[in-house]
Amino acid sequence: MAMLEIRGLSKNFSGFQAINDINFTLEEGARHAIIGPNGAGKTTFFNLITGHLEPSGGDVLFRGKSMIGLPPHTIVKMGIARSFQRINIYPRMTVSENVQVALIARDGRNLNLWTPAHGLNQAETCDLLELVGLLDERDEIAGELAYGRQKQLELAISLASNPHVLLLDEPTAGMSPTETRESIQLIDRISKERHLTLLFTEHDMSVVFGIADLITVLHHGEIIASGSPDEVRNNSDVRSVYLGDAVEDATT
Amino acid sequence: MTQPMSRSTAIICALIFVALAVLPLVGSRYLIDVATEIMIYALFALSLNVIIGYSGNVSFGHAAYFAIGGYANAILLTTHGWPLAAAMPLAVIISMLAAGVIAYFCTRLTDIYFAMLTLAFSMFVWAVAFKWRDVTGGDDGFVGVAVPEFIGDRTSFFYFSLAIVTASVAALWIICHSAFGRALLAVRENPTRAGFVGINTRLMRWTAFVVAGTFAGVAGALFGMLHRGVFVESAFWTQSATVLIMTLLGGMFSFFGPAIGAATLFILQRLTNEYTEYWPTVLGVILLAILLFLPEGLAGLFNKLSKRSAARD
Repeated sequence: MAMLEIRGLSKNFSGFQAINDINFTLEEGARHAIIGPNGAGKTTFFNLITGHLEPSGGDVLFRGKSMIGLPPHTIVKMGIARSFQRINIYPRMTVSENVQVALIARDGRNLNLWTPAHGLNQAETCDLLELVGLLDERDEIAGELAYGRQKQLELAISLASNPHVLLLDEPTAGMSPTETRESIQLIDRISKERHLTLLFTEHDMSVVFGIADLITVLHHGEIIASGSPDEVRNNSDVRSVYLGDAVEDATT
Repeated sequence: MTQPMSRSTAIICALIFVALAVLPLVGSRYLIDVATEIMIYALFALSLNVIIGYSGNVSFGHAAYFAIGGYANAILLTTHGWPLAAAMPLAVIISMLAAGVIAYFCTRLTDIYFAMLTLAFSMFVWAVAFKWRDVTGGDDGFVGVAVPEFIGDRTSFFYFSLAIVTASVAALWIICHSAFGRALLAVRENPTRAGFVGINTRLMRWTAFVVAGTFAGVAGALFGMLHRGVFVESAFWTQSATVLIMTLLGGMFSFFGPAIGAATLFILQRLTNEYTEYWPTVLGVILLAILLFLPEGLAGLFNKLSKRSAARD
């Protein structure tokens, strides 16, 4: 069954066609990567799906229902969570508060004016922090964590809303090779354990071939190839516009 | 700000409450008047901080709800002869409703546009108070408020204010430290991320605004009875600026900071006026000092000093 169905999606930024008539289906349980060179439109595509940007044309359906024009908080409630390419946490709150707020929102308690926040969702907060390996840092100020740790925290925040679909925009951007490897193993493990449908953008080839079972290649705002990692790797168009030597590096 | 009340804060609160409770037994009439007014301003500043410190928006028009509470209570008591038990709650509800309508428009915007719109609405409230002479008394003010007899003298009004302010501050504390309060901090810290964990950020900011307007209405109703009159200046932008400076001086990142700021600014103003007529100049210097040296206000300064002395021990 299709989790996400994208029909004729377009985005025009005052004359610049960032996304041009994209048709795309994300199947339930898939681990689907979107790749493409810088400026291919990956992040724009992501922001269109999650309602962060308004498309110029086309439709985005989640389990058959259109999501166009819905505010982010409604989209999250439908079961879609996302992370951002640039770190997006609450820098002046503690690590555990960062996760706790997402749990408060998931439980619909964010308009509860009388129940003390202290003590709410503590066990589940700890579970999520343990999952991403941040339990020992739970009382630290989130903005003071190392870069890679902040990315893990953002993953924990995204998981807190119990999504069916997890959208990760360059989950390893800016990470060191070691951090990248650890992160990928983590995302791989969590998405399997929680039966998540995963859609992510990446520029790092080793990441993509490590966990994706389907790859879609974006170039100049259009899809130029889509298929299994092997198919994409051997596609001549893809090789010429984007992959080049990177494929060799990743596969050898 | 996000933890339950610390032991030291709880002790300080208890001491202040006891000191206030015995003040009329030992203090002069002047001191009782000053203490009553400071309590009212402290509540006014604490209410504003729900918008500024907790939701992360600056309001330049908070005096509007203070004035609406003051006028509504005074008019119901005096013109319509209502008992206090009915007049004051209805006055507070009127402030709440006014805040609800105005916040509906203001929370569509953020940053400076939000601030300007709050200012515009407060000037609208001021203009209504100024022009609606038959009801509000216009620029002569609404004088001769029929304060009920049981709180007619200085001491009983002091105790009445102490009870109302304490209950209101307790309610604000609960709200600011509730699930809502924590989610509101997330909205302040990062509205985009808050939206993407499922929080309706505009509804959160609207609710914070209404809470703030409601308690400003409580403060305004007390203020009108203390002075036996409500004047258009209550709604003027300078009143909004005063409470804003109190909040910033005390520290917007601390729950009690604005109350400290209210007391400090009020006492400074009284002392300055005894020696010179240049209070606005002194106020300007205070504002500069906050902006340049005390970005987190007096509460931030105390925190820093206590951390430093703790580190030395």
